Amino acid sequence: MSKILVIAEHLDGKLNGATARAVSAAAAVKPQAIDILVLSDAPDAVAAEAAKIDGVSKVLTVTRAENAHPLAAMLAPQVAHAAGGYSHVFAPSTTFGKDLAPRVAALLGVGQVSDVMTVESSHVFTRPIYAGNAIITVEAPADQTVVATIRTASWPAAGSSGSAPVEVLAVDVALPSHTRFVELKQGKSDRPDLQGAAKVVSGGRGVGSKENFDIIYKFADRIGAAVGASRAAVDAGYVPNELQVGQTGKIIAPELYMAIGISGAIQHLTGIKDAGTIVAINKDGEAPIFEVADVGLVGDLFKILPELEQALG
Amino acid sequence: MKILVGYKRVVDYNVRIQVKPDGSGVVTEGVKLSANPFDDIALEEALRLREKGVAEEVIVVGIGPADLTAHLRNGLAMGANRAIHVTTSDAVQPLVAARAFLKLVEKEQPGLVILGKQAIDDDASQTGQMLAALWDRPQATFAGKVDVAGGKVTVVREVDAGLETIEADLPAVITTDLRLNEPRFIKLPDIMKAKSKPIDVLELSSLGLDTHEPLKTTHYAAPPKRGKGVMVKDAAELVAALKQKGLL
Repeated sequence: MSKILVIAEHLDGKLNGATARAVSAAAAVKPQAIDILVLSDAPDAVAAEAAKIDGVSKVLTVTRAENAHPLAAMLAPQVAHAAGGYSHVFAPSTTFGKDLAPRVAALLGVGQVSDVMTVESSHVFTRPIYAGNAIITVEAPADQTVVATIRTASWPAAGSSGSAPVEVLAVDVALPSHTRFVELKQGKSDRPDLQGAAKVVSGGRGVGSKENFDIIYKFADRIGAAVGASRAAVDAGYVPNELQVGQTGKIIAPELYMAIGISGAIQHLTGIKDAGTIVAINKDGEAPIFEVADVGLVGDLFKILPELEQALG
Repeated sequence: MKILVGYKRVVDYNVRIQVKPDGSGVVTEGVKLSANPFDDIALEEALRLREKGVAEEVIVVGIGPADLTAHLRNGLAMGANRAIHVTTSDAVQPLVAARAFLKLVEKEQPGLVILGKQAIDDDASQTGQMLAALWDRPQATFAGKVDVAGGKVTVVREVDAGLETIEADLPAVITTDLRLNEPRFIKLPDIMKAKSKPIDVLELSSLGLDTHEPLKTTHYAAPPKRGKGVMVKDAAELVAALKQKGLL
C-alpha cells in the first residue's frame, strides 16, 4: 500500500495553494495515508491550514531555525530523512518544488518525475516534454521511493473541510552552513495570485511599454483578475519576471485567460493549455494565439479594452 | 578557478515536435538540433566570469553520442577553453547525468558548475539540483544575476514570489534562468580557432558510476487538441460571449 508525504509550500506564515493541488494528485494514487510535512521555524499557522485539506491523514511539523527560508540545501536532508516509511514524496511543481524535489531524489538515490499531469497507477504517471508538445507515460520502479513534482495546473485544489491531527516530528540531521538566505523581494500586489487565480489577464509585446501596461492592470482590476505577461513583455521590461506565463515561467489553469497583444509563441501556449476559456485580442488576425483561442477578437487593444470596460456596464 | 558548464544538444526551440504515430518517441530524424538555450546562457555567464578575471578556465561538458563533437566545437567557438565529451549511445536521465558530472567535478575540482535550469527537450529541471546533492554543495537554481567575490557567490534567483537573493560558499552549482544574460554570437574566426581546442573523450561506462536509468518511458502521445474557437466582431459581442459562459 502507498503512503504519501506531501511537502507543504508556504511563505510568510501562509500555506501556498499549490500544496492542496499536490494533495489531489496524491489522492489519485489511492494511498493508505497522505501526510503533509511542514518545515518552518514557526510552523503552527501553516500546519493549521494544512490540517484542513481534505484527504490529509496527518500534518507533521519540523521546527528548526534553519527552516526560516526555503533553502533546498537545508530542507532536502530533512525531507529525505522524513521520507523513511513513505512510498511517495510529492511537491508542487513550483520554483519551490522544482528546487527541492530533485535534491531530495538524489539524496535518496532515485530518479524524479517532473510535472505529473495524471496518475495512471501508483508508479505510472504522465508528464509533458518539449514544452507540452508531447506527453509521455513514465514508470518509476516499484521498489523505490517515488519522488515527483505535481504540475499544479493539472490538478484542482483539494477541499478544505478536513481536520487532520498535527504532530511534531523530530528530524535530527546535520544541516550545512554553506548556503545562506539574504533577501526576498516580493512583487507587492493586492491582485489575486497569478498561479491560483480564476481569471487572468495577460499582456504581451503588443502592449508596447511599461506605462501602457497600466491598461492591462486597470482592466484586470475591473474583472477581478490576476495579471500575467508573455516572455516578450517581461524581457522588454514592461513587467517583473514573476508575471511570466509559459514553458519557463508559470504554468496556469484559470477558468478565463485573456491574452492581450500576445502573438502566442509555442512556449507561451504551454503555460495556458489547461485554461478553461482562452480569449485572444490581437491586431494581427494571423497570430498563432487565435489557433488556441476559444473566443478571438481582431483589433487594436487600446481601443478594445476601454470598449470592453464600457460594455461591462 | 575552473568553471564547468553543462552543454546539452537538443531539438531546436523553433521546431514543432511531432510524436511518432506508434507512440514510441518523437521524430528527431532530420530535425534541426541546437544547444539548449539555457546552456548557452550558462556558457555565456562562465565566459563573462573568466573575462572579469574570476575564473581562468571554462570547460564545456556534453553527454551523448559520437556526433556530439560538432556541437561541442560550437561551445569552444563561443569561447570555452576546452571540452569534455562523455560518450554514450543514448540520452541519459538527470540522475545519471548528475552522477557523471560528479565524476568530472572530482577530477577537475571546479569552483563553479553552471548548468541550464532545464533542457527544453525533457523539461526535467533536475540535473543541477541532483549534482549539488550528490556533491553535498550549495545550489542556486533559476539564477537571474550572479556575483562572485571572496570565495562566495551571490545569486539573485527568479522564484514564483519574486526575486530571492542567496549567498553560497564555493564550490557551488548554479542553474541559469532566461534573463541572466544574452549569449554572444559565434564569429567565423572563432570557429577556426575552436578546431585546435582540445576535446577530451571519455566513455560513460568507464567513469565507474551507476548508469542504470531510474525511470522507464513507456509511451509518447500528442497533447489533446483544444476545440475550434469562435471569432467575435467587437467588444460587446465578446462580453456577451463571456457572460453566456458565466465567466463575467
